[in-house]
Amino acid sequence: MSFTDEQIKRYSRHIILPEVGGKGQKKIRESRVLVIGAGGLGSPAAFYLAAAGIGTIGIIDGDVVDLSNLQRQIIHYTPDLNKPKVISAKEKIEALNPDVEVKTYQALLTSQNAMGLFKDYDIIIDGTDNFPAKFLANDAAVFVNKPLVHGGILRFVGQVYSIVPHKTACYRCVFNSPPPAGLIPTCQEAGVVGVLAGIIGTIQATEALKLLLGIGEPLTNRLMTFDAQKMEFREIKLRKNPKCPVCGENPTIRELIDYEQEVCSI
Amino acid sequence: MAVKVRIPTPLRKLTEGKGEVEGTGKTIGDLLEDLDGKFPGIRERLCDESGNLRRFVNIYVNEEDIRFRQGKETILSDGDEISIVPAIAGG
Repeated sequence: MSFTDEQIKRYSRHIILPEVGGKGQKKIRESRVLVIGAGGLGSPAAFYLAAAGIGTIGIIDGDVVDLSNLQRQIIHYTPDLNKPKVISAKEKIEALNPDVEVKTYQALLTSQNAMGLFKDYDIIIDGTDNFPAKFLANDAAVFVNKPLVHGGILRFVGQVYSIVPHKTACYRCVFNSPPPAGLIPTCQEAGVVGVLAGIIGTIQATEALKLLLGIGEPLTNRLMTFDAQKMEFREIKLRKNPKCPVCGENPTIRELIDYEQEVCSI
Repeated sequence: MAVKVRIPTPLRKLTEGKGEVEGTGKTIGDLLEDLDGKFPGIRERLCDESGNLRRFVNIYVNEEDIRFRQGKETILSDGDEISIVPAIAGG
């Protein structure tokens, strides 16, 4: 299927890039990206991916829009209060770009639904807000062999990197298991500067596009950390860990785990 | 050996808010002891009861994970930059 004149105009700034071109833009249109969480990270990530013309964007989130979300979750507006986040996000995406098909899942990510859901997508974006979900997303991505773009934010700092399962370091290669509840504060307890979500979330969207297009150097095997107070990006080398419990040589984790931790409590 | 240690946000309440502190030690293990003397409680946040590094915290010497060197026995040199990087869950 070729592009309409309107689509050629809409995506002209992409198409003119030699690294993208008409071929790349077509690839973007044929791609399916799942965004876990329509929150701080998921909002900008989903919004930019929608603007870029990703053909299908899936969004899973079980929450409704709360007033305290609006300081950073830019896909939701004040009139959306109490609306399911997936519905609010779908409305904005459709208004921005009617080319995008939005699939909504008003649910939490669990060991029951994760793998089935991931199988339907080309790339997964981790915009979750708690450790159990981040480990679950990692393990499910490794099991179904789908690239995952990890992100995390707290106060003034963020972390982001891409995971190509079985080829590059996964989340468990780096962080073996979740901390006990209460040891590391949540955004709710410790706060988070709103724009940080935009910075890390848009890096996640950039990574998803690069991975889909196969261009540039993916942010794999290096953890990028960002400190907004210092305005400093740093990179730490990562390696695939042969002893990783999920993607190592002798994996000890062979099925998904629902960690006993209250969602949003850490 | 005198080294520079980057302190992650969740631990800064132990370092009077400082994001970077000086420490000394021949190895990472020595350094943690030195830091715990200056900032009591910091070792407990990084190591479990048996003294092993907690599994959701990583320590890097000049951007290299100590797990791929000699762990707590990793030898330090003057001017090394040590980063403590915990997992961050917010989103």
